[in-house]
Amino acid sequence: MSAERIADLNQDYATRYGFSDPEEFLHKAPKGLDHETVEMISRFKEEPDWMREFRHQALDTFLAKPMPRWGNSELLDGIDFDNIHYYLKSSEGSANDWDDVPENIKRTFDKLGIPEAEQKFLAGVSAQYESEVVYHSINENLEKLGVIFTDMDSALARHEDIVRKYWATVIPPEDNKFSALNSAVWSGGSFIYVPKNTRVDIPLQAYFRINAQNMGQFERTLIIADEGAEVHYIEGCTAPVYSTDSLHSAVVELVALKGAKIRYTTIQNWSNNVYNLVTKRAHAHEDAVVEWVDGNIGSKLTMKYPAIHLLGERAHGEVLSIAYAGTGQHQDAGAKMIHAAPNTSSRIISKSISKDEGRSSYRGMVKVHKGCHDCRTNVECDALLIGEKSRTDTFPTMEIAEDDVRVEHEARVSKLADEQLFYLQSRGLDEDQARLMIVNGFIEPFVRELPMEYAVEMNRLIELEMEGSVG
Amino acid sequence: MSDSRNTPIFSCHDVHVSVEGKEIVKGVDLEVGAGEKHALMGPNGSGKSTLAAALMGHPGLEVTGRIELAGEDISELEADERARLGLFLGFQYPVAVPGVTVASFLRAAMSARQGRDVPVKEFRLKMQAAFEALGVPRDFAGRYLNDGFSGGEKKRLEIMQMALLEPRMALLDETDSGLDIDALKIVSAGVNEATGSETGVLMVTHYQRILDYIKPDVVHVFMDGRIVRTGGPELAHELEERGYDWLADTTTASAGG
Repeated sequence: MSAERIADLNQDYATRYGFSDPEEFLHKAPKGLDHETVEMISRFKEEPDWMREFRHQALDTFLAKPMPRWGNSELLDGIDFDNIHYYLKSSEGSANDWDDVPENIKRTFDKLGIPEAEQKFLAGVSAQYESEVVYHSINENLEKLGVIFTDMDSALARHEDIVRKYWATVIPPEDNKFSALNSAVWSGGSFIYVPKNTRVDIPLQAYFRINAQNMGQFERTLIIADEGAEVHYIEGCTAPVYSTDSLHSAVVELVALKGAKIRYTTIQNWSNNVYNLVTKRAHAHEDAVVEWVDGNIGSKLTMKYPAIHLLGERAHGEVLSIAYAGTGQHQDAGAKMIHAAPNTSSRIISKSISKDEGRSSYRGMVKVHKGCHDCRTNVECDALLIGEKSRTDTFPTMEIAEDDVRVEHEARVSKLADEQLFYLQSRGLDEDQARLMIVNGFIEPFVRELPMEYAVEMNRLIELEMEGSVG
Repeated sequence: MSDSRNTPIFSCHDVHVSVEGKEIVKGVDLEVGAGEKHALMGPNGSGKSTLAAALMGHPGLEVTGRIELAGEDISELEADERARLGLFLGFQYPVAVPGVTVASFLRAAMSARQGRDVPVKEFRLKMQAAFEALGVPRDFAGRYLNDGFSGGEKKRLEIMQMALLEPRMALLDETDSGLDIDALKIVSAGVNEATGSETGVLMVTHYQRILDYIKPDVVHVFMDGRIVRTGGPELAHELEERGYDWLADTTTASAGG
């Protein structure tokens, strides 16, 4: 496999993902955000009144909330909310047949290898282009089992009851400024419902693409695994390289009911002009298991802390994340575990690589509520620095209100060690090869958790990023 | 045979090594013929390991002097270039690289040394043969390189690497340290097997013990950054009996005179 990967060395983001297509659209909201824009989006989508009101209220919340003063204030303050298109519709409806997807969009996803991936190893695919999902398909057998996998807008139209029952119950708009923003202008995203005791063995995937300049993408994803159900969802993201900024601000809510299991995998590879400010949270009920596998390779600034609220006894939560920050990037990522029931357990493994002038931060919280005895939690943060100017910070918070718990926390910062390089070079590997081998080894615990195809892709991405790196 | 003796497989001339401005190695001359085994013996802190690392091309050391491998000047080459030409350093403290399996590392190293992509099948066969020769369990292949290895396991892996990379000149830094007697026998047999009649060997060691199993042709005594005496195998036994101190006196005397 390594030989193939090395053969790919000359490719780069600009040619592979960073291309852009001419903008063709049916509807594009003017730049800027006010109640009129919100009203327009909701009417355009022919939404029920409760949703329209939800949006307007959320907009008020967004406008009232100050910008967060943590993370990277300097970059956050650089977001020009008036210079963003909040809604852009490129095609009519969502196609179920690949042939019905408009030619220009199809070309884009073909280039990104999406239909190919679907044929090879996925049980369902959703592809979102700008604000709307343009293609959607699900394996017939799953449909027969009662599994719902559709875009969020269609879900609202066709499964309103269940959507309304869970909507914003995990992440209310008031949670933070960006969850409020998403609540006001959300469009697209995935909705999944897996019925009781149903296992979806093959992953479901969504692919998010921003094409237009100064675009805002605000998808909204809600996944419900009913009692004893099991599902693995994967999302990938890319965008063209532009000199001006785009904003991606998603809200993802997971509900794992009694004994259910949800794994949510993200490979985020936005171009370096995209702000990626995402709120992800899960409710894990009795005996449920939720796992966030979160890879952040791209973007200008990512602020993302997947959370799991362990609400029922014996629930288990895991966050396994990797962040890569090169020059011009700040990955502020981490995890939150809230133990709100006895006998719950959690594990956080966070790895970051900061290269050249890149910056990464681990920001995490573990909270154990009073009365939640016999909880176990384990946090491991591992930061790798490459080059003299790279930077990493760790901000761990522990709030433990119960005595009878087991808490382990370990944080390590290592520099890509000269002794490792010398050892590998003394065996004939040149400096680039040696460096890549060390970095690949560092992220191996993460890559190991990905489906094969993604593992290959992940290693390839890291290789591209590492290319020509000289310490 | 006599011809190859005339052109040493490895030599260094007037090698000085400094670490952060402090001179550790103070002028070393050495010639190793093909198939010859040399021992470089000296007390702790004499600069033996620094010399070995410098000969391999450690980038953190300031080195002057001339180093040749098979007649080619390698003084200015990077460590990986030296390795690809056939120089090998068995580390005293092999470095852990977590997440990288022994098998993937060995295959990359073999491919680099041979200048071709060694096919998986061929590689597997060679690796397994080397595992067996050194009494290494098969699950070694899937373990992470030196990560959580015992001292003995690390040393076996070093010698296994040497066997697979087929160097022309092997520098072995304290290969015997951390080995019990059984492991020492296996490792020594591995060295003897892998080196044969063409490879030059320089064993850097504090103790005479390993020389019972890997018979040196030449023994150098290294103290305070210099070779202070060179002789046959009997010199090692003399050191074993008398220690290093009597030679320390002679160096001081010669330095004074």
